[in-house]
Amino acid sequence: MRRGIRGVTATALVAGLALAATACGGGDGGSGGNSGGELSGTVTFWDTSNDAEKATYRKLAEGFQKEHPKVHVNYVNVPFGDANAKFKNAAGGNSGAPDVMRTEVAWVADFANLGYLAPLDNTPALDKTDDYLPQAVGSTKFKGKTYAAPQVIDTLGLFYNKKLLKDAGVGVPKTFDELAKTAKKIKAKTGATALYLRGDDPYWFLPYLYGEGGDMVDARDKVVEIDDGAGVKAFQTIKGLVDSKAAVTDATDGQENQLKALKDGTVAMAVDGPWDIEGARAGKAFKDKANLGVAPVPAGSKAQGSPQGGWNLSVYAGSKNLQASYAFVKYMSSATVQQQTNEKLSLLPTRKSVYEVPAVKNNEMVRFFKPAVDGAVQRPWIAEGNSLFEPVKVQMNKVLTGSATPEQAAKATGDAYRKLLKDYK
Amino acid sequence: MVAPVVLVIGVIIGYPLVRGVFLSLTDANEANVERNIGVNHLPATYKFTGLDNYQAVLSDGVFWDRLGWTVVWTVGCVSLTFLIGLALANMLNRTLRGRTFYRLALILPWAIPAFISVFTWRMLYNEKNGILNKLLAGGGIDAVPWLNDPTWAKLSVIAVNVWLGVPFMLVALLGGLQSIPGELYEAAEMDGAGAWQRFRNITVPGLRAVSSTVILLSTIWTFNMFPVIFLLTRGGPGDATEILVTYAYRLSFLDSPRNFSESAAWGVLILVLLSVVAVVYRRALRKQGEVW
Repeated sequence: MRRGIRGVTATALVAGLALAATACGGGDGGSGGNSGGELSGTVTFWDTSNDAEKATYRKLAEGFQKEHPKVHVNYVNVPFGDANAKFKNAAGGNSGAPDVMRTEVAWVADFANLGYLAPLDNTPALDKTDDYLPQAVGSTKFKGKTYAAPQVIDTLGLFYNKKLLKDAGVGVPKTFDELAKTAKKIKAKTGATALYLRGDDPYWFLPYLYGEGGDMVDARDKVVEIDDGAGVKAFQTIKGLVDSKAAVTDATDGQENQLKALKDGTVAMAVDGPWDIEGARAGKAFKDKANLGVAPVPAGSKAQGSPQGGWNLSVYAGSKNLQASYAFVKYMSSATVQQQTNEKLSLLPTRKSVYEVPAVKNNEMVRFFKPAVDGAVQRPWIAEGNSLFEPVKVQMNKVLTGSATPEQAAKATGDAYRKLLKDYK
Repeated sequence: MVAPVVLVIGVIIGYPLVRGVFLSLTDANEANVERNIGVNHLPATYKFTGLDNYQAVLSDGVFWDRLGWTVVWTVGCVSLTFLIGLALANMLNRTLRGRTFYRLALILPWAIPAFISVFTWRMLYNEKNGILNKLLAGGGIDAVPWLNDPTWAKLSVIAVNVWLGVPFMLVALLGGLQSIPGELYEAAEMDGAGAWQRFRNITVPGLRAVSSTVILLSTIWTFNMFPVIFLLTRGGPGDATEILVTYAYRLSFLDSPRNFSESAAWGVLILVLLSVVAVVYRRALRKQGEVW
């Protein structure tokens, strides 16, 4: 799950000041953990959930103290856009890193590769692992070891304003082509733009890329794929949508602008993830909660696909309180906590058993997103996985502002990948 | 007696500098420098690669592209801030009612932490929800893609930096103006010199010592003005507003593993460029008879 992505959020400041900030952040005041069987000390937990979610997460995290009264949970909310850099600064500098962090799926391999994470195999952190969805487990492994426990899984869907589409007399588009064709009708009948296209965040480029049958890289055969025909076509699609005014976009602040446009009803559709369900429903266009519809992300000319995302819980290798940290991870990824997360935030559990609970099963958002997650495209879980995004971001900005053609953009991205992945073709 | 000074300079400036230069001659990155993290020990495996990094940077078009824009950005910002600062300083150097208020108001941008100003500007610039475009819409003008179009984004970052830089120029130049003896102006007026002549022949030469210093300082600051670019556009859209320092940041913080060595090479090149500028500038001034 990603929202601001490296990039966006205004809070980026912290990244710049992170070296200074982390020196006094966090704190690892753990006093040894497992002396007589009972856990004690402090577990510092960095949570990356957004504003609509963080109160719930804080409550859940602090619930751990009920089970282990001698453990103090130090809950810290770190904005998603800063979390990666902030953790690296703290972990690399050996000061101020949290004991446990809510880690984006693409970060796990990266952090593990750099030696920042404690392996969790054969520790209490991993509990009932057979119960995890197989695709959620994929991102927790690196070089044969497990470095995280899956907490939440997600993918992108097409959020739509039922009323606006009905007023325009159009159905939910199945492909981007169809979307472009109905856009004029939507504009004429309702005044709303058909789609908000996240031009500031490379994660949102993936459905267009998968839609043309492409991918960023083929990690198994070590081939860069983004600069083949599919990549070019994907860039053409986003450019086409914006040029024909079927979509509006931004090079900055896309997360805020997209959500606002959707909430205010100035756009009829937006590609978004479960993490914005609560946020969207707070808007005036969705006073009637049933007005928010979610459908699969439209297909491209070849296929339909959206990236699999989600959040894992990882333990810092330098934690002074490993035993309590393991127990905390076990607790936060337990079925009970996952069920509560779902009830309060509609986020998708990573445990099969939780989906059997009637309340979860009947949750409207789960009913949509579960099949979507089952069909979501797994990303390459390589150490550089997260670094593959920055070049895409630069190039999609360039395409959308007209300073590069789709062909140039695809080539430039491929070149950047080969520089990053030295042994790739 | 110089020992403490040598020590402090050595610790605060010398060590990081030498370390940076050393790193730029290696292939060090986040994955191969030594670390001990809890149970994990990672030995240092980076090696000395000589001038490879420099060769790679200088033979890459990216460096020259970014250098070109950095020069435009620096010259644009410094000249605008200087001219606006000079004009305002002249206006405020007269006795007028409420002078203290104007002076305080004009120093305000300086008193606000830069990042807060920049975030405020970013909100103003927001294409869809920002106040600037709302105002324009009131006047019937189409929304301007302040940060979403390469050219507008360049103008926008310059505008913010000028806004941030004017107070410094204003204060420095005002100080300079006040050190010019009033008798000179009186004498010139007696001789029948007009306002422009007085400005040209008394104010400008009188300000030369101050202005040459502030221009050099301002050039160095603007050249390395990380927060404005980074917080306003992150170098975007695309890489349109990326200056040398923000690109160096990208190398050492956004890529993974973080590329310490290449980033250090960028840092050293930036330092060399600025040193050359400073030396040339001083020479030029000295030729004009300026003692600096």
